[in-house]
Amino acid sequence: MAPVPTERDLRLDLFRGLALWLIFLDHIPSNAVSWITIRNYGFSDATEIFVFISGYTAAFVYGRAMRQYGFIVASARVLKRAWQIYIAHVFLLAIYLAEIAYVANSFDNPLYTEEMGVLDFLKNPDVTILQALLLKFKPVNMDILPLYILLLAWFPPMLWLLLRAPSIALLASATLYALMWLFEWNIPAYPSGTWVFNPFAWQLLFVFGAWCALGGAQNLSRWIHSKVVVGLAIAYLVFAFAIAMTWYFPRLAVFVPKFLGEAIYPIDKTNLDVLRIIHFLALAVITVAFVPRDWPALKSRIFWPAIVCGQHSLETFCIGVFLSFAGHFVFTEVSNRVFTQVVVSFLGIAIMVAVAALISWYRQAERQGGGPRPPAAKPGYAGGDV
Amino acid sequence: MKERLLLLALLMLGNAPVWAEQPAECRVAENLLESSFRLPQVTRAIAAKHLTVLVMGAGSSQLPGPNGAANGANGTGNAYPSRLQQALAQQLPGVEVKVTTDVKAKRTAAEMVKGLPAALSASKPALLVWQTGTVDAMLAIDPDQFSHALDKGINIAHSAGADVVLINAQYSPRTESMIALGTYAEDMRWVALQHEVPVFDRFSIMKLWGELGTFDLYSATKKLDIAERVHDCIGRLLADLVITAAKPEEPPVNGSR
Repeated sequence: MAPVPTERDLRLDLFRGLALWLIFLDHIPSNAVSWITIRNYGFSDATEIFVFISGYTAAFVYGRAMRQYGFIVASARVLKRAWQIYIAHVFLLAIYLAEIAYVANSFDNPLYTEEMGVLDFLKNPDVTILQALLLKFKPVNMDILPLYILLLAWFPPMLWLLLRAPSIALLASATLYALMWLFEWNIPAYPSGTWVFNPFAWQLLFVFGAWCALGGAQNLSRWIHSKVVVGLAIAYLVFAFAIAMTWYFPRLAVFVPKFLGEAIYPIDKTNLDVLRIIHFLALAVITVAFVPRDWPALKSRIFWPAIVCGQHSLETFCIGVFLSFAGHFVFTEVSNRVFTQVVVSFLGIAIMVAVAALISWYRQAERQGGGPRPPAAKPGYAGGDV
Repeated sequence: MKERLLLLALLMLGNAPVWAEQPAECRVAENLLESSFRLPQVTRAIAAKHLTVLVMGAGSSQLPGPNGAANGANGTGNAYPSRLQQALAQQLPGVEVKVTTDVKAKRTAAEMVKGLPAALSASKPALLVWQTGTVDAMLAIDPDQFSHALDKGINIAHSAGADVVLINAQYSPRTESMIALGTYAEDMRWVALQHEVPVFDRFSIMKLWGELGTFDLYSATKKLDIAERVHDCIGRLLADLVITAAKPEEPPVNGSR
């Protein structure tokens, strides 16, 4: 079996926290502040970071549980986590329905007769709510949690294999990804189409994260720190940046040779395009090369807000989705000036940090004072959430 | 925002607006009307003094009310196809301009393509203006199917001897968090690039209007006044795009399509 590092890597919490902030900013439509998020400067975005780190921490926490308590107990914990995420998803759905119902009742404009048709599903809630509970009907921006649920539900056997034959497990995951491209596998959605985040594709990043957590990262470290790899990563990031600029300045598009355009477009997010994976890997290589694991700043106050968000990722994510609804609501009902957008964005992040800090405090308070569950009863959760 | 910065940069460079005869309210969007692709059939039709345009679209190509039908008789209606006819007729004196329409709400791209051959053979247009994408996004149609439908529609129009201009979705700030337009807009841009077809970027134009305060696109109202002015501007800007893209810069090549 591969050795598992015992101390939690704070870099994971830091970057997952940052990814959650970026997801929040990107989820507010027409938000000027979302200019700063990485999706505007390359192929991949915060979703890749979130899924990779989620795979990494899942393997880190449940891998240890599987060794100590066996397959059944660890699987039960993974599935309990999946259930918690499902509950969180349904909670968000309720908030979303409330927002939609309000808009449907209060908004009327002859210019947007067609667009208001999107509210028609309120007319047959019997079908819609059932389809939503089955994870087939997923409103805009509510696609990540269903993906996460599915990835976790499928994780126990994968983790079992990862602990015994990590290379074969990774190969199996890559094969599934390749078969998905070959046969165009995806899960159907309601009322039509397929899942926005194809689980058959995105599982690759999740499993790769898990593989890294279970010793793969150590095996790769010689490669990651080699100057050639770092140089290639930088070159690729520059290339992606140059391409991204042509999206905003159409005049630059003429400099993209036709063969290149035909080779790279469309850059498929649903099926996790290879260009996106490479972009994420390049970002990861640069990060690992320049942010060492024992970097003292990781324990400083500057990064604490992001780290605490990353340590309570499910709660922070849900708060982020809720706040993005609320932020859009402020834009439509109060003001959509750039100043408001900046205030809403920073206030939103501050609320995410405050809630994460509150949860952190709450967990500690629960563990103190000899409550019904002393800390020793939950060794698998030491150091934060999955 | 991006467009606004770009626009400011352009203005500072002294790119003076070309279409001076338009009321000030629409002029903000001219930098979004650039197209590197030409419309050779329209060029020929203008030279022959007889231009027929077919507008195919869904609900956002018409307005409610008695004058809202897309094909308001001879440019007297208030929806953009009718305004397009009037603007084209004004800017092309001596050319007989006729805009016919195939507009019905709640149609996806694929559904429109089904009726396209019949509509083309009925009016034999030199130009197909095709508005689509909103309904596909609302129903979350598989983006591949959407691209495929665009592909098919453009091919049908080209082989029937018509140029194509695509129109993307409206910018609708209230429903923005409920309709994911992104993928469909990108797919349309990409298909258009492959077929060398201009896209009338209605989304970015309307978004810029919203940002600059040209029109209050947030207002909850049953009144038609803003909607009518928006459609009027869209019709005229569309006419500008068509006429610019049809300008015979090079000697026309016979049988290029």
